[in-house]
Amino acid sequence: MRSSGIYLHSSAQHHAWFGFLAILIPSALFLIGIFLIENYLINSLIEIEGATLFNSSADFILLKERVLEFSNNKLSEGRDFLFISSFAATVSYLFFGLGNNLDFGSEALSVVENTLVYSIVKLRMDSNLIELAIGLTVSIVSFYFSLKRISSKTNSRDKIEFFIKVILFGCSLIAVMTTIGIVVALVSETTNFLKMYPLDEFLFGTVWNPQFRGGGALGVLPLLWGTLYVSFIALILSVPVGLFSAIYLSEYATKRFRSFAKPGMELLAGIPTIVYGLFALVTVGPILRDYFAQPLSIGTSANSVMAAGLVMGIMLIPFVSSLSDDIINAVPQNLRDGSYALGATKSETIKKVILPAALPGIVGAVLLATSRAVGETMIVVLGAGAAAKISGNPFEGMATITAKIVNQLTGDKEFESPETLVAFALGLTLFCITLLLNVVALQIVRKYREQYD
Amino acid sequence: MSLILRNRREKRFKAIGFSAIVFSLLCVISLFASVITAGAPSFKQTFLKFELDLPAEKLDKSGEKDITIMKKISTVGYKKILLQQLKLNLDKNGIDYSQLSKKELQNMISKEAPAQLRYAVLADPTLLDKTFSWETLANGRVDAYYKGRVTFESAQIDVMVSPKQLILADVMKDAGVLVVKFNPQFFTWPDASDLRPEAAGLGVAFLGSFYMMLIVFFLAVPISVCTSIFLEEFAPTNRITDFIEINISNLAAVPSIVFGILGLSLFINFGGLPQSAPIVGGLCLTLMTLPTVVIASRASIKAVPPSLRDAALALGASKTQAVFHHVLPSAAPGILTGTIIGLAQALGETAPLLLIGMVAFVREFPSLPPGGVMEPATALPVQIYNWTVRGDPAFVERASGAIIVLLTFMIAMNLLAIILRRRLEKRW
Repeated sequence: MRSSGIYLHSSAQHHAWFGFLAILIPSALFLIGIFLIENYLINSLIEIEGATLFNSSADFILLKERVLEFSNNKLSEGRDFLFISSFAATVSYLFFGLGNNLDFGSEALSVVENTLVYSIVKLRMDSNLIELAIGLTVSIVSFYFSLKRISSKTNSRDKIEFFIKVILFGCSLIAVMTTIGIVVALVSETTNFLKMYPLDEFLFGTVWNPQFRGGGALGVLPLLWGTLYVSFIALILSVPVGLFSAIYLSEYATKRFRSFAKPGMELLAGIPTIVYGLFALVTVGPILRDYFAQPLSIGTSANSVMAAGLVMGIMLIPFVSSLSDDIINAVPQNLRDGSYALGATKSETIKKVILPAALPGIVGAVLLATSRAVGETMIVVLGAGAAAKISGNPFEGMATITAKIVNQLTGDKEFESPETLVAFALGLTLFCITLLLNVVALQIVRKYREQYD
Repeated sequence: MSLILRNRREKRFKAIGFSAIVFSLLCVISLFASVITAGAPSFKQTFLKFELDLPAEKLDKSGEKDITIMKKISTVGYKKILLQQLKLNLDKNGIDYSQLSKKELQNMISKEAPAQLRYAVLADPTLLDKTFSWETLANGRVDAYYKGRVTFESAQIDVMVSPKQLILADVMKDAGVLVVKFNPQFFTWPDASDLRPEAAGLGVAFLGSFYMMLIVFFLAVPISVCTSIFLEEFAPTNRITDFIEINISNLAAVPSIVFGILGLSLFINFGGLPQSAPIVGGLCLTLMTLPTVVIASRASIKAVPPSLRDAALALGASKTQAVFHHVLPSAAPGILTGTIIGLAQALGETAPLLLIGMVAFVREFPSLPPGGVMEPATALPVQIYNWTVRGDPAFVERASGAIIVLLTFMIAMNLLAIILRRRLEKRW
């Protein structure tokens, strides 16, 4: 860029941004550091001073919450956490100290708690002061340095663009960190669970009977059976229907028919699963019970594997159909033309040429649908019942892995009992199953795509 | 094989395909029909509509409309006054209620009604000076009678309602004291306890869902746009990039309940955030919707023709300038559409929210953001679940009504996405 005879590498805006970031980043880092140190100090303060008051970590958390609440109340008294009033409070603390206005005599606090609250408030105010001092110093110093560094030759733009790239890269790491977070959370709690409950009894136990007071049987097999049974019924319904819909839509349907049938099916895909759950519970379940199970005397419950499976099948139809649609459309046209040229009818072409060619992709789609079915929660929570058992009768209620995760983790939770922690082991099992299915399915689909690309 | 046979097979095959589509469309129709027939009655509610002439000397003992003194009169006091006023009005209309015991007559009125009247009087003490027409919520069983769930036969074996009450209700309806009308409070009231289905509303759930959508919008959009720009424009082809891409596609297929487990152990147990708060729900849903929005954004960034980038680069723009000044604005409509679809998906998600405690019974409205996101709230789909698992069929009706509301929102969002795509999308 050229300006008044000097060649500039960056525009004025870039320099301004550079200056801004040069001040912001160091100050922000310092402040975050102080905040973390402050929290650490407060925690250890409570731990040391209050050691007489707690026997377990739960007691510690209780005391901590109580003390922090009081100290926060004291801090927010008279000022609203607004920046200016916080500043004013800090300055007045600098000149007048905490004074006697921290008197809790009237409030229900023990002596230890009282001193704790006092020390915490003092610590907070001190750290406010340090924050203020360091923040101001750091920003003035970095302002001075950035001002000195900016000249017509400074490549501010490169620096800012590097900063932008770092932010972009950081954002894309969030997905990775989420996966790591999931794995760490599941594995660490599962190890805690396995310290209390043997692994082989969890994996191969055929009885699921958690007791409120502990000591129940927590075998995963009945849940796995329920999960697979429901998924199996769902796939029996959704794979043929979805596949045939896709075939009809891509090979036979007129443009006009497709223009309303396709959005109609996509409507099914957008419906939240809780709606399907209610549909299974209120409509499909009772119909199955009244017209099939009871007349044939094979079941009396409105909650059944059949109801949940059928409704889940309906949910999966558009999923299977749109995946198969993509796959069928990816089969090259010249394969079709070749078959027609040999005198085959449309259905013969589909059966003998298109489907065999698309088979790997369809297998991948079925695996993806299975993974969806295994991980589906609301339909089975509402539709499949709560009794964990291994039985062949589809008109009985059975529990699944996801339903039991919800069961064990809603309501009162005790993170020291195997009854709660088993939910994490179940979650890990579920995560592994779906991950395996997905990886295999994506591999198959990718290989298949390469074949025709 | 004869040609006739082959043609017959052809026809049969086509018919099977056609019936598969008809079957799925029938499923759509029956699903909607079942939800709408079950849920439509929840928008109407039975009220007892009569004149109130509140005795000022009882409700305002100081006579000075001092709220602190008036607050001392509890709902029990209002309950007696409501019954007394109902009797007065029935006498005025010449309706005979002598067949009913005092308790039966009292039970015609919802248990929630005195609290509502008390709230109204405390909000506007001048009500004490005048006679005004007031709609008192009728008992849930009386309401159910007009919605067809309660009949004289069922009332005989029901401890909550007697046939005499239903007869009186019919008489009152003829006299215009009892009305069945549209119930706007279904959208504004908070949840109500098990015995008061007639007073349950979606107010808190609306707010909770709205807060969560705000969080998802302000977190998921920037993060996923940055991710997609990085992956599409800047990422070198190496193992790290591959790893990120595989991660995102796997994350898209992780069951939603796993995100609930993540939220529970990461945000609540480890991060110390409060249970049942929209902030935790919003964070879980953000992580869950990330892959959806990333995939949509990447597709629309990819669709921007390279000539646009090349032109900007040729004119001396840096890579970053080319991306942020030219590629991103051109891809914006596609990103917006993907965002709306992601938000709609997040709005309907239930399972993760159950695990982070949003299924709790919350009657207090959370305050305005940003503070409000840390306070307990429920969400629309969780409220539906909550009502579904309660015993009273009146709650199932309300759950279906809430589903109608939820589906309306989702269809509106999807329509918006389609319209925006048609309006804004550039064809290259």
